[in-house]
Amino acid sequence: MTKEEKAELRKAFADIPGTYVFTPEHSKMGYPLNMFCMSLNKAENRAAFGKDEAAYIEKFGMSLEQKEAVLKRQWLRMLELGGNIYYTFKIAIFDKKSMQHVGGKMSGITEDEFKEMMLSGGRSIIGNRSKEQDY
Amino acid sequence: MAKIVGGIGCSHVPAVGAAHDHGKTENGYWSPLFAALPAARKWIKDLAPDVLILVYNDHASAFSLELIPTFAIGVAQWFENADEGYGPRKIPDVEGHPELAWHITESCILDGFDLTIANKMDVDHGCSVPLTVFFGEPEAWPVKVIPICVNVIQYPPPTAKRCYDLGQAIRKAVEEYDGDLKVAIAGTGGMSHQLQGERAGVINTEFDVNYLNNLRDNNDVNKNRSHLEYIREAGSEGIELVMWQIMRGAMEDKVVEKFRKYHVASSNTAFGIICFENAPEEKTEAEVKAMKEPELVEYANALGIKAHVDDLKKYTLEKVLTKLGYS
Repeated sequence: MTKEEKAELRKAFADIPGTYVFTPEHSKMGYPLNMFCMSLNKAENRAAFGKDEAAYIEKFGMSLEQKEAVLKRQWLRMLELGGNIYYTFKIAIFDKKSMQHVGGKMSGITEDEFKEMMLSGGRSIIGNRSKEQDY
Repeated sequence: MAKIVGGIGCSHVPAVGAAHDHGKTENGYWSPLFAALPAARKWIKDLAPDVLILVYNDHASAFSLELIPTFAIGVAQWFENADEGYGPRKIPDVEGHPELAWHITESCILDGFDLTIANKMDVDHGCSVPLTVFFGEPEAWPVKVIPICVNVIQYPPPTAKRCYDLGQAIRKAVEEYDGDLKVAIAGTGGMSHQLQGERAGVINTEFDVNYLNNLRDNNDVNKNRSHLEYIREAGSEGIELVMWQIMRGAMEDKVVEKFRKYHVASSNTAFGIICFENAPEEKTEAEVKAMKEPELVEYANALGIKAHVDDLKKYTLEKVLTKLGYS
């Protein structure tokens, strides 16, 4: 792949609506946030987080915005701040919330509406492929 | 000599494992999917592979952002089930096949695929959900498993083409193995789904069905698709479909479809499973016409035609000739 093609590919990702491709920039920005989420794989860390969320998250070096997004469960904001859904979903698991709950929060509908949408075949790809072009 | 006897593409939706573990497979939501699985399970049971090479991706379980191998092969004797935040699933641990795994590692690296070697790698739903789909709830899994873990979370994941080529290198390695083993290979993940962002929940059935058809008949289309097309058309997590290409590369050019189920939706995902065997050697028209009935029926079935010795021979013959393009 040529240098131009690589750059073009990156540019094209930004054209996909409502999608946060986990690029090196995202990964670098989100590292402390995602590694905090990773820590919730361990039962003792889940217990510590449950005891005092604000105190527990201090040790990961997150930015103020990242910490606020975690404590307020701002799911979309976490993605904007470099979170990756496979990592941030660990907070939802901790909260005993489903992927439909999180999907609804990120797309501005309720969990029930999200479930209903999935049962009727999911969100249509038509009109959701590109910001620039309607197809 | 070891041989690859079957290939499977299969989604690994965690909710499918949870539905199974919590006894929900017969409720209205899950029964359309689970009711279809016995036929796939029978096919795998009859195939009776000794080893299953299971290609999947880790979801922040064994690997984190600390270490992101593009391709990691598990060479251990045992693999434990990971705690993904719920506590580990109460299912059997996965037994490996270190001898074949090391052989594949050596062969692939010498042939230009620099696999990361994992002696400890807890496996998550990416590996365990397909095992549940294939085998239900046994005391122990009925096959040895060689897990191959692919990075599809951190951009850039390997291209579909690279995955396909790795599959070919794996097939070569298996065929060069001295032991007499039947090996199946599964590529898992997909199909279309997006978990993240405002576009969460996107499903593209047309893309998925084309992917399945092309996987069987015209895989160059799937193999040559860019990351952009996969993400745009199949969703940000639909990129997992590149892992099916490792399976496809490990199979021969011509395959016969033995089972397929496509279901929307399981949780946020389009669930797909497809089972392939390598197509039998192509016979000439004269050879087919000269076949005695039991041989003809066996050949018809190998071609993917459901035939039985109780059927009229001329009907089976017609179907075989049509399938091979002789009439």
